[in-house]
Amino acid sequence: MEMLNVKVNGIAVSVPKGATILEAARAAGVEIPTLCYMKEKNEIGACRICVVEATGARGLVTACVYPVTEGMEIKTNTPKVRAARKTTLELILSTHNKNCLSCVRSTNCELQKLCYEYGVDSTAFGGFKPVYQLDTTTPHLVRDNNKCILCRRCVAACQEQFVSVIGANNRGIDTCIGQAYNLSLAETPCISCGQCTAVCPTGALVEKDDTDKVWEALADTSKHVIVQTAPSIRATLGECFDMPIGTNVEGKMVAALRRLGFEKVFDTNTAADFTIVEEATELLDRVKNGGALPLITSCSPGWVKFCEYYYPEMLPHLSSCKSPQQMGGALIKTYYADKMGWDPKDVFVVSIMPCTAKKFEVGRDDMSAAGEGIADVDVALTTRELSRMIQRAGIKFTALPDEDFDPAFGVDTGAAVIFGATGGVMEAALRTANDVLTGKDNKEIDFKEVRGTAGIKEAEYNIAGIPVRVAVASGTANAKIIMDKIKSGEANYTFVEIMGCPGGCVNGGGQPIQPQYVRDTVDLKAERAKALYAQDEAMAVRKSHQNPIVKEVYDNYYKGGYGCHAAHHALHTSYVAREKYGK
Amino acid sequence: MLKKMSNLPFNGTKEQEEKLLAVIAENKHDKSRLMAVMQEAQGIYGYLPLEVQKIIADGMEVSLEKVYGVATFYAQFSLAPQGQYHISVCLGTACYVKGAGLLYDKLQELLGIGSDECTPDRKFSLTACRCIGACGLAPVLTVNEEVYGRLTENDVEGILAKCV
Repeated sequence: MEMLNVKVNGIAVSVPKGATILEAARAAGVEIPTLCYMKEKNEIGACRICVVEATGARGLVTACVYPVTEGMEIKTNTPKVRAARKTTLELILSTHNKNCLSCVRSTNCELQKLCYEYGVDSTAFGGFKPVYQLDTTTPHLVRDNNKCILCRRCVAACQEQFVSVIGANNRGIDTCIGQAYNLSLAETPCISCGQCTAVCPTGALVEKDDTDKVWEALADTSKHVIVQTAPSIRATLGECFDMPIGTNVEGKMVAALRRLGFEKVFDTNTAADFTIVEEATELLDRVKNGGALPLITSCSPGWVKFCEYYYPEMLPHLSSCKSPQQMGGALIKTYYADKMGWDPKDVFVVSIMPCTAKKFEVGRDDMSAAGEGIADVDVALTTRELSRMIQRAGIKFTALPDEDFDPAFGVDTGAAVIFGATGGVMEAALRTANDVLTGKDNKEIDFKEVRGTAGIKEAEYNIAGIPVRVAVASGTANAKIIMDKIKSGEANYTFVEIMGCPGGCVNGGGQPIQPQYVRDTVDLKAERAKALYAQDEAMAVRKSHQNPIVKEVYDNYYKGGYGCHAAHHALHTSYVAREKYGK
Repeated sequence: MLKKMSNLPFNGTKEQEEKLLAVIAENKHDKSRLMAVMQEAQGIYGYLPLEVQKIIADGMEVSLEKVYGVATFYAQFSLAPQGQYHISVCLGTACYVKGAGLLYDKLQELLGIGSDECTPDRKFSLTACRCIGACGLAPVLTVNEEVYGRLTENDVEGILAKCV
């Protein structure tokens, strides 16, 4: 590879031919501010905050897209550069809603941070300021274009998901990010994945905040307010409190939830074990009885919605199993309420999820195991919303002791923990299917071919003489590739795991915000997943069917095997074909 | 300027759709041909209503938002239909000071439509444009390719009468 020698602020560095000034600067340990840039995803040189001086260039150039040449000397911190960046920020602010005091993204806003660093005058430019209506039409997010800086990172994220329901419309001062024909987001085939909210540098795109509903329930003494937490939250929540990426904070998270006043703190992992035994049973049933194969997982509501919009003809392939969130809620409002002698109407289930699509999922039809009008889950909060509740309650998270989940729904397995990473559901299901089919307690339980952050993974296993061809995809653009292969007959899979977000739940749309330079330079998916696989490795019970709560519920409550009528009634659901943009 | 959407229902014909599908079939191998397809579609229908943009998006395998984004960015694309007689009044500086604004108001009044709209019988449509380089004739308007200059409000009725 041809290397080019350049100097960044006097620091010599060699970079491959074709590298940009930004890449050379990062190699030299010099940080250049960016706003619109997303490595390999949005390299458009639009915001002009990354301008630098470079020999051989006329005027200032945008570091994120300008390629270096041999011997180039780059200066990133001259009076001219600083003045240009400051003006750019002041121009951005001229149309920005500067209500930073209570903006959800305050102190975690890339624009605010730069304005502070450059000492901008927020009133430098007056003039025409467009006023936009907020889009609050979906259950999962709020778009406030009055805070949008037109960086188009959300557009790139939506495109990466092969959804592309948002884009830049109109031109000049009228340019705004929106939907075709000014439809509301709810009228488009948006899959609610929330990846756009995770990459927005400002408060223009935020999850719909449901914390008030939870505060209200917690204050209502007539309610039993129960919380459950998804597998991946323990691997990410610490980031909201400045802990290193990939820190497992399960114990502190449980302690914080208890201090917030939840009557019981349960683990969605327990429900995930139910998902596995039901799904593995469904798989074996379809293999034996000639059902629709491949069976495709349905844990990810973003993926489910994608399938409903973009591949409605493939819905018979989706597992009818509810997701762990919904199974958790269903079990709490049926089995557990029954055990405690509670009326399910008095039980309020809150789930902490890595996901904005979970907010959509709680409102789906056919999600009320305890009876008509009783939702399995009342409110789904994202990791970010939980962190805000903890802050508002004055809980010093990092100083908390480690506590354990409440035992009734707090026993989990290694199989459930890895649900939070792409390939985890597949591996968990294979562990159970392998034992069921061979009738043994197998010791070889690592299915490493389906691990890792690759967008698509394929493997073939021989389980008790049955060839099982599996595929794992994360991110709906990769799901599309797999679905097209299945439809065309090019691939002949038995079982397919699909997660809506790239990398699975650890990289979900509701996970903690990391500024783009971190997203560019750290593999968040891999670092967060490590915490989950480490926990799995360390657990005594690593197979879902060996979870004692699973055994207890089927033996003493359902009084039947996996997939029995009672279990099917409570733990399975149905799907609907959705038409893109209506008629 | 924000583009105005059609004030009339879509009344595309089967023949128009077949023509458009043929254009798409020729171009769908290359997504960068999107603009060319949109230009042809506008040639076929006279404008790009939602229904047409949907056909283009499905055919070219791009999102509807992508098509809409392009349609609202470039001045050449129209979201509103044009009438058999498309009237464009120059509101450039020279024409404006010579009273083009009054012509524009009068036309709206006589035709009963607003800016960038089309009469329900699809006979007339009205738009404003910037300088067409005929300032010596100010104020000017064009009806399709024909230029009318040195006008007053009172001339407008006669021009419309000539069309019908």
